[in-house]
Amino acid sequence: MAVTQYIHPLDKHLRLERIPTLYCPGCGLGIGLASMLRALDSRIKEGSIDPDKVFWVGGIGCSARMVFYVNYDSAHVIHGRAIPFAIGAVLANPELKAIVVGGDGDIAGIGGNHLLHAARRNVDLIVVMFTNFVYAMTGGQVAPTTPRGVKTTTTPRGNPEYPMNAVKLVTSLNANYVARASITTPHYIEQYFYKALGKKGFRFIEVVSACPEVYGRHIGLRNPVEMYNELKKRVKHKPKASIEEAEIDWDKGIVTGEFVDRDNPSYIEILRGEQSEI
Amino acid sequence: MRKTFTSGNMAVAEGALTAGLKFYAGYPITPSSEIMEYLAEKLPQHGGVVIQMEDEIGSINAIIGASWAGFKAMTATSGPGFSLMAEAMGLAVITETPIVVVNVMRAGPSTGVPTKTSQSDVLQARWFAHGDYLIPCYAPWSVQEAYDLTIKAFNTAELLRTPVILLSDAVIAHLWEPLMIYEPGEVEVISRKIPIDKQRAKFPYKPDSDLVPPMPILGHGYKTIIESLTHNERGFYAPMNTEYKALVKRLILKILKRIDYIYEQETRYCDDAEVLLVSYGSTARSVYLATVDYRRKGLKIGFLRLKTLWPLNEEKILNCSRARKIIVIENNTGKIYFDMDRIFKDRDVYSSPVLSLELPTPREVSEAIEPWL
Repeated sequence: MAVTQYIHPLDKHLRLERIPTLYCPGCGLGIGLASMLRALDSRIKEGSIDPDKVFWVGGIGCSARMVFYVNYDSAHVIHGRAIPFAIGAVLANPELKAIVVGGDGDIAGIGGNHLLHAARRNVDLIVVMFTNFVYAMTGGQVAPTTPRGVKTTTTPRGNPEYPMNAVKLVTSLNANYVARASITTPHYIEQYFYKALGKKGFRFIEVVSACPEVYGRHIGLRNPVEMYNELKKRVKHKPKASIEEAEIDWDKGIVTGEFVDRDNPSYIEILRGEQSEI
Repeated sequence: MRKTFTSGNMAVAEGALTAGLKFYAGYPITPSSEIMEYLAEKLPQHGGVVIQMEDEIGSINAIIGASWAGFKAMTATSGPGFSLMAEAMGLAVITETPIVVVNVMRAGPSTGVPTKTSQSDVLQARWFAHGDYLIPCYAPWSVQEAYDLTIKAFNTAELLRTPVILLSDAVIAHLWEPLMIYEPGEVEVISRKIPIDKQRAKFPYKPDSDLVPPMPILGHGYKTIIESLTHNERGFYAPMNTEYKALVKRLILKILKRIDYIYEQETRYCDDAEVLLVSYGSTARSVYLATVDYRRKGLKIGFLRLKTLWPLNEEKILNCSRARKIIVIENNTGKIYFDMDRIFKDRDVYSSPVLSLELPTPREVSEAIEPWL
């Protein structure tokens, strides 16, 4: 049954008529979204962000669906193409604060090329990528981030491929901000997203999430509490981590922290001639 | 109005500027690249933005995003890039986003002959994305018409909140001819209707009587949902038969309702014609010359040129001539022929395609049609 009155402090940021979400019990996405909304709420309250200018864009997947639960201008577009869609919108109206959300399959898999070039351009948008190590919405196929050896519905003999470290990838380009947090440390998601909202240029936050329903089924952690605790054990927070330390490995550990934080001229600043690098 | 001398590609760019283009995203591809190069120079002077994206998929998605932010937007490409744009073309259809996509046709399949001409993509333009839809499509035959139909393409897109395709080809692209460029106010320029208030903006997919919904622009606090899923009038996912049928039928009907505005054709010597030659785009130039030649010899040949390929105004086509014999000439293996055969169902319709990397000559056209005369 739909919620009809504000009962939670973040309710005003949601389209309540579309709640409950389709997320499974134990899914980490709710923790991630709530953390992001708390940061956005702070930014709006302090007057540094006009809610009318906030624009959420998502492709296809569980994470991307956040865009139609939030009570803002939003676009639920095609698989992998949220970043170029957002680029078009912010270049047409630089006042827009574009927030791209998506899973690792959407952002780093099918949309990987756009991710690279958006980071290279330092174009003015925030990308929050939820990594749950699997294609969840389609039923549990191997993802670009799936650890080696994991049996998925499309790797029944175990994943033969090496997983992608998106943080290291984006850091090698020209992004102004790169961070990784985990749903087991929501205060860092909030802190990083808050910071990202105040910056220009390309900002990338990887949020490591828990998918007990689909990924948990593959690795024997179907119980959400167990899944959460196992993820929590593996997360190592390093406030001043170097990029070399930015591991994301189920066995060796998942390093969270801020890896890049700078203020290079953004794409829009360069286009406007406000800051010239050429 | 000012007179200039330019190429078909640059005429497309000039037409877009006249129509109020503010955002161009593209990826280099022969034979369309001059459009982006020309606009990279000119569009910033008109307060617009040009970005070279990482591929054609990025290009079309970026122009859809820019259109929602309130800018008139365009991309141009050729066969391989056009194929990559198919999925996002469907996104523009279902989100009812005005955009103009130019396909400067070259020989295929695949990489084909990048520098040489073709008319092989005319059915691709009609059917290339999955799902049901109807995308207006124009095919110019001259530099002036490349300019005029680009303006018309923008007007159609804005009027009907739809993507529109301009099918040029390598011949038109690199053909140099005189061009009359309109000054502001000398030509009709249509801009999309926007919601009158916040309440109306809550329903970004609820049509007015013309079946076209006013389009909310991002950044005004309307909390618009741009939705690629089948949706109801608010933009909420609606996997139900009633909503699905209503949406898909309306997306097609809103185009058909304005067919009199969209559809254009040119006829010559049709009144007494016993044989009607049907053609379009660059090939029509040679077909026209062949027609004039036959007339000089005393043969009662008529000429029909389709300026709009989709949707075809079947009534107008059927009534343009009483000729019993219809011959369709196009630079492919015979494609628009199928629609002509259907439209002229009780007459004799023949396909005489001239498959050629060059513009078919009037002699080649004559040789192709002679077996049916």
